[in-house]
Amino acid sequence: MIRRLLPLLPLTALVAGCQGIQTSGDDAGRDSAIIRDLLVTFTIVTAIFFVAVMAFLIAAYWRRGGKRQDGISDEDGVSHERSLRLGFFFWVGAVGGALTVLTLASYFTDRGLAQANPDNKPVLSIALTGNQWWWDVQYHYEDPSKNIRTANEIHLPVGIPAMIYLQSNDVIHSFWVPNLAGKQDLIPGRVNDIVLMPRRVGHYRAQCAEYCGLQHAHMALDVFVDTPADFAKWEAAQEQPAPQPTTPLAQAGYAYFMSRECSTCHNITGTTASATVGPDLTHVASRATIAAGTLPMNRGSLYAWIADPQGVKPGNNMPYVGLNADELHAVEAYLETLK
Amino acid sequence: MNALPDLPRDGEQLQGPALEARLARTWSDAPGLWGFLTTVDHKRIARRYIVTALCFMALAGFSALWMRLQLAKPENSMMGPDRYNQLFTMHGTTMMFLFAVPVMEAVGVYLIPLMIGTRNLSFPRLNAFSYWMYLAGGIMIWLAFFLNIGPDAGWFSYTPLSGPQFSPGKRVDIWAQMITFTEVAGLAVATVTVASILKQRAPGMTLARMPIFVWTMLVTAFMIIFSLPSVALASGMLICDRLIGTHFFNAAEHGSPLLWQHLFWFFGHPEVYIIFLPGAAFVSEIVATFSRRPVFGYPAVVMSVVATALLAFGLWVHHMFATGLPRLGYAFYTAASMTVAIPSGIQIFCWIATMWDGRPRFQVPLLWVVGFIVTFVIGGLSGVMLASVPIDLQVHDTYFVVAHFHYVLIGGAVFPLLGAFTYWFPKFTGRMMDEGLGKIAFWTIFIAFQVTFFPMHFLGIMGMPRRVYTYPTGMGWDALNLLSTLGAFVLGAGFVLFLVNGIFSSRRGAIAGANPWDAAGLEWATASPPPQYNFPHIPVVFSRTPLWDNRNHLPVMTGLRVDDRELLLTTVMEAKPDVRDPSAMPSPWPLWAALATTCLFVCSIFTPWAVVIGTLPVAAALIGWFWPKTPPKAEPVIE
Repeated sequence: MIRRLLPLLPLTALVAGCQGIQTSGDDAGRDSAIIRDLLVTFTIVTAIFFVAVMAFLIAAYWRRGGKRQDGISDEDGVSHERSLRLGFFFWVGAVGGALTVLTLASYFTDRGLAQANPDNKPVLSIALTGNQWWWDVQYHYEDPSKNIRTANEIHLPVGIPAMIYLQSNDVIHSFWVPNLAGKQDLIPGRVNDIVLMPRRVGHYRAQCAEYCGLQHAHMALDVFVDTPADFAKWEAAQEQPAPQPTTPLAQAGYAYFMSRECSTCHNITGTTASATVGPDLTHVASRATIAAGTLPMNRGSLYAWIADPQGVKPGNNMPYVGLNADELHAVEAYLETLK
Repeated sequence: MNALPDLPRDGEQLQGPALEARLARTWSDAPGLWGFLTTVDHKRIARRYIVTALCFMALAGFSALWMRLQLAKPENSMMGPDRYNQLFTMHGTTMMFLFAVPVMEAVGVYLIPLMIGTRNLSFPRLNAFSYWMYLAGGIMIWLAFFLNIGPDAGWFSYTPLSGPQFSPGKRVDIWAQMITFTEVAGLAVATVTVASILKQRAPGMTLARMPIFVWTMLVTAFMIIFSLPSVALASGMLICDRLIGTHFFNAAEHGSPLLWQHLFWFFGHPEVYIIFLPGAAFVSEIVATFSRRPVFGYPAVVMSVVATALLAFGLWVHHMFATGLPRLGYAFYTAASMTVAIPSGIQIFCWIATMWDGRPRFQVPLLWVVGFIVTFVIGGLSGVMLASVPIDLQVHDTYFVVAHFHYVLIGGAVFPLLGAFTYWFPKFTGRMMDEGLGKIAFWTIFIAFQVTFFPMHFLGIMGMPRRVYTYPTGMGWDALNLLSTLGAFVLGAGFVLFLVNGIFSSRRGAIAGANPWDAAGLEWATASPPPQYNFPHIPVVFSRTPLWDNRNHLPVMTGLRVDDRELLLTTVMEAKPDVRDPSAMPSPWPLWAALATTCLFVCSIFTPWAVVIGTLPVAAALIGWFWPKTPPKAEPVIE
């Protein structure tokens, strides 16, 4: 019913017109589409009430012909207390009725959303852990040897529900891919979950939606909804350990990485670097952005980030290492090989 | 009436200028600085409360403009995250704790004794103490900000971010201790308000004849009494976690981070209505006066205020829809949040009906009411949207919410407050505010407000989260943010214009008589500004609109002592004369007590031992305060 009304209303255009990689006006996920319809319903109903109140207010302004009741006789004035009283009960009824309808609409929509996987499709299981200020991502499979670990980027196959388990290592964060669904908090000591049902292939952006400290503004996550074939390809690539560096420059970078500060925080599968303090870098060069959505992934950004992480994202937990030019070239070259 | 002829009392023998001179001598403060520090006059305390609150509002307003400047363009490097996070924390904390609630209470402190026809509030020294505590807390937190150790965990200070592990240093301690200051101040004023309203109403002012403003302040004071203990508990636990190593909110030691959110919002949501309800009450008073008729549906409006207050305690979880609590339980809070729209809708109907069925004069105070209705209805309707769990999951913690609560708080409370300032300005100062400047200020603020905050609805739906110090290019947010920043600066200019009008008019404005608007309430029965003793004779009330029903001669009662500060206490329900009670004289002890308490609170940020040792000066001050000087002499009323 509401879907049929949609094209008729300019409001819809307003909401649906918000196209972008991070907007709740999108219908790229099951939840976001349902919520958008609900929002349109609410907007229409509330707009009707706004118009009604304004009409009454304007009528009051135009009339100015009521009766004084301040102890001074007012011969011309006409009082309509009786009809006002009638109007009062009508108004309370209308407000109460509309609120009941909206509450029920909201309730049943919510019940619908709470049915995690109505189609009983195979489910992808992803554990997402919030850290100040980046996302740790682990894909879990029945065969644990196939598990994938990455950071600040998730890939989802279109049409397959993804069960996302949300935890936090430090403070409260909130996981929000507005194009696909509503948000859910990551709270230390608890495991929350949310099901994403992507319906349209595309690149979307998630952003932390609970204030989590200094760099809350730079805690984003790239979400790629892929065709099943693309997703399988990505999965297969991510399962591989990191490639061995081949050029002398990259080898020098590798040596530096393994023997110096870098490996005390980061993991690169297939090497001796296995720390989990910072993001997993096994396939870092295959990602769209670095530093949790702060910079696009390219050579310039990598240089900027390695040379001075505090300049790019002040206050983040990656320290300034103080590489000399040769070391910087080498480490950057090595990271670029981690496709 | 003259059973005790040896004591001078007002009456046939003593009236007119002789009585006024005698009362002035009894009720005036010591001259100069000493009088300033020791006064217990509700009008003086309220005036300084209001001026202080406006200073804090200006500081918080400048923080807002500074933030808007940073957000005017994407990837702006004007300020770093540390400064921005301090700014939004200070903005929210100041606006909520140091401006909105205190300023509403302060207007109440000024007006309630005048509206109920008494000479001073109950517990006037507690009232003075409250102001000094409030001032000390506000100065402490802003001093910290100017020393660049301002709190940066948000006005809500969610744990564990605000806990010892993730907010080392003293910043959050200062925040939590400032909350303690405002708790003490707020509870003191609330107690004073409840006692005064229940026991000091003029004879004949039954509960059903109380002005709506007095009803609302009574309800609000009860809300403060019931909600502040929750945040007192929460901030106390936070201080313990930070100072002496408890683990109330530490998940790793089986504490609960969500416990903070429950306790904070159990206070935080009623807090919003503690701010909004007095705003609505200003509207009720202004609408009646300028429509030249009593508010339509007085019982409905009063019941709406009470209903809002009760509902306010049952919907705190709508701030926590994304925390993963049991989903079915959310439905209750959706329904409760939606229900609040009913009493609000009732009040809006009654106000417009009053205008529609009266003879409205659209002078500046009523313009503010119209601006309030337009703005508040938008804010209320976006609130209905936020009550829905699925919609909230999308727009929670986005600029949609920022738009919503600025519509509700600025539209719902600040617009009526500006209307109230204009309306009661002649009572406060004896002069009228300039009408022309007032209209310009109204239209500037009203339009600039919409330009600033309406685009934020779209920003929220377009995915812009709150509390970000910058945002990337190419998100489609640039133009709306710039528009909002431009609007904010015009809005600021509008407030400056309003202030200029206030300062100008207090010096040069037209002289106002006792009742320049031809209003009905008792506060207009006395001179403008009122004398120290408020009324020469205590008025007697037979209706809700005493000055309209007794246009020629307001009935009064006589027999109160004039050589000592004496009040008439009446019964709670019917306001029948009960006893005559002495009222406290000016005293420096509230100030000393406040200084001692301030010392305790501030030092306890640095060492828990301050709590032990610091009680000694507090105890000394309280002993001085309560030292018996003359035996209390409440006397029965002789009919």
